[in-house]
Amino acid sequence: MKTPIQLTPPKGPVELTLPKARQIEGSRAIAEAVGLCRPQVICAYPITPQTHIVEELSAMVKTGELMDCEFINVESEFAALSVAIGASAAGARAYTATSSQGLLYMAEAVYNASGMQLPIVMTLGNRAIGAPINIWNDHSDAMALRDAGWVLLFAETNQEAIDLHLQAFRLAEELSTPVMVCVDGFILTHAYEEVELPTPEAVDRWLPKFQPRQVLDPAEPITMGALVGPESFSEVRYLAHRKQLRALERIPELSAEFNATFGRNSGGILRTYKTEGAETIVLAMGSINGTIEDAIDELRRNGHAIGAVILTTFRPFPYASVAAALKNASQAIVVEKSLTAGMGGPLAADVTLALANTSTPVYSVIAGLGGRPIPQASLESIFERARDRELPETTFLDLHWDAVNQAITKELSWTPHT
Amino acid sequence: MNVEAKETMNVEAGQKIKFYQTGTLTVGNRLLDEDLRTVQASEERSNAITSGHRACQGCGEALGARYALDAAMRAANGKIIAVNATGCLEVFSTPYPETSWTLPWLHSLFGNAASVASGVAAALRRLGKADIRVVAQGGDGGTTDIGFACLSGMFERNDDVLYLCYDNQGYMNTGVQRSSATPPTARTATTPAVGTAPGNIFGTGKDVPRIAMAHGIPYVATASVADLHDLERKVTNAMQVRGARYIHILVPCPLGWGTVTNATIRVARLATESGLFPLFEAEHGEIVASSPIRRAVPVEDYLKIQSRFAHLFRPTRDDAHLAALQAIADKNIQRYNLLRNDHGNDARKEAA
Repeated sequence: MKTPIQLTPPKGPVELTLPKARQIEGSRAIAEAVGLCRPQVICAYPITPQTHIVEELSAMVKTGELMDCEFINVESEFAALSVAIGASAAGARAYTATSSQGLLYMAEAVYNASGMQLPIVMTLGNRAIGAPINIWNDHSDAMALRDAGWVLLFAETNQEAIDLHLQAFRLAEELSTPVMVCVDGFILTHAYEEVELPTPEAVDRWLPKFQPRQVLDPAEPITMGALVGPESFSEVRYLAHRKQLRALERIPELSAEFNATFGRNSGGILRTYKTEGAETIVLAMGSINGTIEDAIDELRRNGHAIGAVILTTFRPFPYASVAAALKNASQAIVVEKSLTAGMGGPLAADVTLALANTSTPVYSVIAGLGGRPIPQASLESIFERARDRELPETTFLDLHWDAVNQAITKELSWTPHT
Repeated sequence: MNVEAKETMNVEAGQKIKFYQTGTLTVGNRLLDEDLRTVQASEERSNAITSGHRACQGCGEALGARYALDAAMRAANGKIIAVNATGCLEVFSTPYPETSWTLPWLHSLFGNAASVASGVAAALRRLGKADIRVVAQGGDGGTTDIGFACLSGMFERNDDVLYLCYDNQGYMNTGVQRSSATPPTARTATTPAVGTAPGNIFGTGKDVPRIAMAHGIPYVATASVADLHDLERKVTNAMQVRGARYIHILVPCPLGWGTVTNATIRVARLATESGLFPLFEAEHGEIVASSPIRRAVPVEDYLKIQSRFAHLFRPTRDDAHLAALQAIADKNIQRYNLLRNDHGNDARKEAA
């Protein structure tokens, strides 16, 4: 922390206390939260927008602010997660962070880490995937690897990003499974917000020393990563599924325990916002929920019975919790920053499946792709159209139809050379 | 002269022992002073990889891995963790629920063995267990191709890892396809012996031991299953230093090379004696020792016993390509000064 400039000399004795809340960048907050969890090996490769996190951590290791930690600059994201895999298998608490193309470049290792049940924690600074290359925020990266067997948690605010990292290490190590904490690139990673960081002593009480399930040790040699054939592969996969279902039970318990310990309601499966008596319920993940909540406040003032579900746990997917949260709604709107071309919104598809035994229609709103701002007014307009039963099944928020039509016309006029 | 004597001393008896170059040097082994015998000659050897694995008959890699890892284990008092790339060695040694490994062993992916090993080494350093040493191992595909970026990263960071490349000059596990270690003209499933330039193309491939040297790492060596004393000695040398170390071991593959299964050692020896696979050691980027050729042979002697080179001899003799391959060998002989009248900087001689 920088010392504030003193304009007048203090009179009399001054009691020096650290401020409870601090106004810092999201990446700095996440780096400090990770540091409080005392990782032993951090591996880093730069990619926007997660870079500030590992920059902060590298400085913390160099200055001794974060002790007993190896910080390794590697040559790719594939190497970053591979170093974490080796470190975790040898019994160290391992952490890395990435975004977008970086997550795809390490995709093979992402599956490997979960297949070997290594409790690595990774921050994903959510960013679009190219082509066309785009460094701004959406959820395409997380969606691309949503089925890789990791727990995927989405933070709404920087405070929640801090809290989710503290919970992620607990969850990962209790169950021996990797956990990815998703934070919206730029919107959270680069935003200066007031946050509270717990004391090291409190985190030490919250997060016990890492005790690996399996460890490479010459005193008790084990073989990890053996070749498994058809006679056992299904069983291994089933056990991975079972572990994810166990995570679904453990996540709300940890959230409650976190609340009891630190006095903040963070994490868990999902939160509801003004869903009491709501006919329309909007479901979304990440930082967009702040704008959605503002839109709901506005519409509620005008008599619109609308509420929101803030989904924190995306994988394992909480079908039962989502169905329960939406059960009294006459319609659900899923706002998501991702698109599966040729299919639609992947989150909307999951929510539709959760409501398969109901007659509640699910409207999909694709918004904020590649960092496109999501104005509150645009959301309010969408929600009003839904109330008036005028919303199509899938809406692309604020799409520039003139540009789209121009491109379609050009495509249709193309003829092969003769 | 087709048999050349190699001399050393039985220290206790003060007696000169002659190694005759007729096989694995086991003839002289039992006459040697105990310190000079192979690790494998000791009943206390660790048997890092036990028998019962699924390697093919005559597999050079299984042999090389056993000698290399047991030597590493002796040097580290048994405290070794091995990281393995995907490939034959991984597949034939660990069909779940069986394993051939008696040391802690981790397989992650095809292309990341060097990085995973870096992570293991970092963890051990941080956990105060730096007495436990890390060995990474992979075939030529996992090392010179798909794992090359991770390997180079591990080298430039000088991570405390001994990387062993078992080079059988192709992707044998997937059915003998070309790698960047496949020699020119060799027939593989993806460089078939058809057309006007049959087999692997001239002017391709990479010399990874020399690229490793260019990183300036403390130790680089080449070795061969044809000289297992030398292989063990080089692994032992490598284990005496910390930092990134690399040993590139020639391990013939009867299936991929088209050799009879009892010719593995013979073909490996001919690779060295022809000059096509030079044996040397380098420290911090400089060559410090090479093994002189004891009985020089033309490359033809090496090529003609392998069916992957059969198209160089039948139906017509391909003199142009044979000359080009001989030129590669001649260049190696010159570069590493392999035809000289001494026995090199050999530990056996120095010990004597």
